[in-house]
Amino acid sequence: MVQAFYEVTGAPAYHLILEGILILWIIRLLFSKTYKLQERSDLTEKEKEELIEEWQPEPLVPPVSKDHPSLNYDVVTGPPSHKIIVNGKECINFASFNFLGLLDSERVKLKALLSLKKYGVGTCGPRGFYGTFDVHLELEERLAKFMRTEEAIIYSYGFATIASAIPAYSKRGDIIFVDEAACFSIQKGLQASRSFVKHFKHNDMEDLERLLKEQEIEDQKNPRKARVIRRFIVVEGLYINTADICPLPDLVKLKYKYKVRIFLEESMSFGVLGEHGRGVTEHFGVNIDDIDLISANMENALASIGGFCCGRSFVIDHQRLSGQGYCFSASLPPMLASAAIEALNIMEEDPGIFRVLQDKCKHVHKALQGTPGLKVVGEPLAPALHLQLENSTGSRTNDLKLLRAIVDYSMDRQIALTLARYLEKEERFLPPPSIRVVVTVEQTQEEIERAAQCIREAAVKILK
Amino acid sequence: TVNPDLTELYIRRLIQGSGTEGSSHFLQEGQVLDHHASCTSLYKKPFVESFEETPLLVAVLTYMGYGILTIFGYLRDFLRDWKFEKCHLAREREEQKDFVPLYQDFENFYTRNLYMRIRDNWNRPICSVPGAKMDLLERVTPDYNWTFEHTGNVLKDVINMGSYNYLGFAENTGTCADAASECTVKYGVGVSSTRQEIGNLDKHEELEILVARFLGVESSMAFGMGFATNSMNIPALTGKGCLILSDELNHASLVLGARLSGSTIRVFKHNNMQSLEKLLRDAIVHGQPRTHRPWKKILILVEGIYSMEGSIVRLPEVIALKKKYKAYLYLDEAHSIGALGPRGRGVVDYFGLDPSDVDIMMGTFTKSFGAAGGYIGGKKELIDYLRLHSHSTVYATSMSPPIIQQIITSMKCIMGEDGSTLGELCQLSENTTYFRRRLHEMGFIIYGNNDSPVVPLMLYMPAKIGAFGREMLKRNIGTVVVGFPATPIIESRARFCVSAAHTREMLDKALNAISEVGDLLQLKYSRKNRHGNEGSDSFSFLESHQD
Repeated sequence: MVQAFYEVTGAPAYHLILEGILILWIIRLLFSKTYKLQERSDLTEKEKEELIEEWQPEPLVPPVSKDHPSLNYDVVTGPPSHKIIVNGKECINFASFNFLGLLDSERVKLKALLSLKKYGVGTCGPRGFYGTFDVHLELEERLAKFMRTEEAIIYSYGFATIASAIPAYSKRGDIIFVDEAACFSIQKGLQASRSFVKHFKHNDMEDLERLLKEQEIEDQKNPRKARVIRRFIVVEGLYINTADICPLPDLVKLKYKYKVRIFLEESMSFGVLGEHGRGVTEHFGVNIDDIDLISANMENALASIGGFCCGRSFVIDHQRLSGQGYCFSASLPPMLASAAIEALNIMEEDPGIFRVLQDKCKHVHKALQGTPGLKVVGEPLAPALHLQLENSTGSRTNDLKLLRAIVDYSMDRQIALTLARYLEKEERFLPPPSIRVVVTVEQTQEEIERAAQCIREAAVKILK
Repeated sequence: TVNPDLTELYIRRLIQGSGTEGSSHFLQEGQVLDHHASCTSLYKKPFVESFEETPLLVAVLTYMGYGILTIFGYLRDFLRDWKFEKCHLAREREEQKDFVPLYQDFENFYTRNLYMRIRDNWNRPICSVPGAKMDLLERVTPDYNWTFEHTGNVLKDVINMGSYNYLGFAENTGTCADAASECTVKYGVGVSSTRQEIGNLDKHEELEILVARFLGVESSMAFGMGFATNSMNIPALTGKGCLILSDELNHASLVLGARLSGSTIRVFKHNNMQSLEKLLRDAIVHGQPRTHRPWKKILILVEGIYSMEGSIVRLPEVIALKKKYKAYLYLDEAHSIGALGPRGRGVVDYFGLDPSDVDIMMGTFTKSFGAAGGYIGGKKELIDYLRLHSHSTVYATSMSPPIIQQIITSMKCIMGEDGSTLGELCQLSENTTYFRRRLHEMGFIIYGNNDSPVVPLMLYMPAKIGAFGREMLKRNIGTVVVGFPATPIIESRARFCVSAAHTREMLDKALNAISEVGDLLQLKYSRKNRHGNEGSDSFSFLESHQD
């Protein structure tokens, strides 16, 4: 039969045999069982039921002891203004970030009221779906004009601003160089972006240059990949954790030398530094177009709620479709936007206020020097200083107890202070425990002297 | 050089949308009833959801439409690159031309060539209360949507079918607005500090006690932003070694929170209890991947009402599964709180279940309460833990006092403590039933549960997205249209949000306009039995041929 087949097809015998074997193999594969790697086929149904019965999950949350020091918050009765009532005691406010004293401003309250009467309270929708009000557009224009950039974009929550901005530009595979003392919202933004993160020592330009040089060497090994990996430097204008200013001119030099983009977070320096309150770029005289993105929250100097990013349209417009906190969240209530606009008006009308604030900061910094047992951490120009223990007891809990005792002592003497709060397990570089002292324009000379005196007494009494 | 994340998203959406034959995404008609029969004891009233299949012809035409748009997109990009056409896009600075490009061309292809054409349907600015009727600012575009100019005219009294104003609390007069005004005068607008430092006002404590009472749970906590409530608290609850089972169509905030937590995430098919059960069994039996250690905890993430589908979660079954397999349940009631249930307490109330069965009840104040912010409710241990470990209480500014007052007043209204307004809840459910019934009778394909106030109406074809939005605006009705990537690529839709503030006249006017536009654009795709005229269905010939 093979002979006949051979005569019909004209193919050599080995060819036919090979084809025959292949056909048999295909038939075998078609009818054999498929092999799944996932399933362990050696468990019977009964065993599975037993496993399910036996499995015990952890409790949803670990138990919290009733006398945890941070469990019961200090309760403020009434508005958090200059004279604040904490836990029933009236104190002078050295703890809220009310740098320009606008929390109590009657003008701001009036504008917010007018806005409430026109628009109601909530916006009932995200920006894309009838949540864009004319006040939002006005606020964005005013912010862009104030900061002298092309465009600005508003978020409804200060924390979400930089945490949504970073992942909008930097994706998996990109590289971000960030300062070790970066605040928590920047850390969350970095985590959400899934990029490579390289930390450089706080304010240490040599360390940053070393990292950039290393990256350059890496790039030369693989130039094709290097052409598409984006690089960013993320810094804060005025660091909230260490109260000092970043060396912006040096950063700009590094930017052009190594072709890295700069994202600047100005929550603490907006409305504080610079002749007109435009932040650290004005303070150093750096051209604002050299910074790719400036992000700030409106909750400190502007005494409202929310945050904004500003920069060139080329950069900012991208966030309108890919900033998660912008697209998927309801927009800022219009009364808060009106309050921010009025606060901007006040800032523009009276630029002398920044000089006053800067003088007061220097004054407070000087007054707190020489406190026994406590050292002042921060620059003279910083409006929010830290007081840390000069000699730590060795355990963080004990340090916190001592500092809390100082805070309580001060509150009894009508000076409202607060401990600087951190999530101890989540922070990458946990700062040492400290007391936060905030300077506002509303504090008088005499009040500052009183506060410094009080802290000195407390330190002497508690830290002997 | 294509961005892997975006490619994954595109491919997933393409696959989801490509099934005209029984894709997992679609529940067949029969399936609802069979499942219902087997779990009748869990449901106190009929649970009717429908997601009618895309007609085959429509699917083919939609793909063709996208194909043509893509070809034109490449053509226009080519013309722009070679300077035959003026480029309106913003450009990189001259000094930074040799930097690595900030955006990749492919990422923005869709934005440049498809989204840009119909961009005028979104971000429409309004200048009044976002109530049942609103005033829109008129915009014109001289260059096909690249830039907009405000003419200064105002389109008055546009019927608002787009804002999430379910109970009609978006108003600038009345008890809520008065109370909020008083609060502004007394407290001011800002707080400038975090909850753990000195931003914890007495108002916050008052709000939290009220929310706990409203929900029927032991304790609750409020946060300044609904999105951030999810993205900051899920990481505090789970971590490495835990498993999160998340619904396919969960909101971006839930997905981000799950990602930031570092847990393993597994996705189950939308509202599909068999898929969820299978995942639970596999997880417990096999443990963690590769090491096979047992999971520390399993958290199921579901939403009350899914806003793109209009479907309601099958809560009785989810709770039954959760109890059987000892998992924890996180329920996001962003859209359902206040809008569902005889007493407005959300989806738990709607099914008549016990709030303590849900471990973590989360919701937002933006939709039914006309304010802003989010909350989490649950047992006291849970809330105590969150007071210490939530990212928001340590690093984020606390809520603004007038917003809190608005929530307190509106919540008291819903609870009936400030003069009864249970009337609003009845009005909403009447409006919902009426609106859905009429749309169904007209022959449109509507997705979702019969009781959900979110009504998605299918458009499918890309050109109809833009046309529908614009035609409705011409008839003075403001609607929301959604396309890719918020929905699968062939399932673009228009989404209506029914509100208790809509009167019967407004709804009738809207329905007439929708019917008119539906005839104009041939949107009445539904092939199911319905009352009313059959003549307007252009696909009836298909039915007769199949017979």
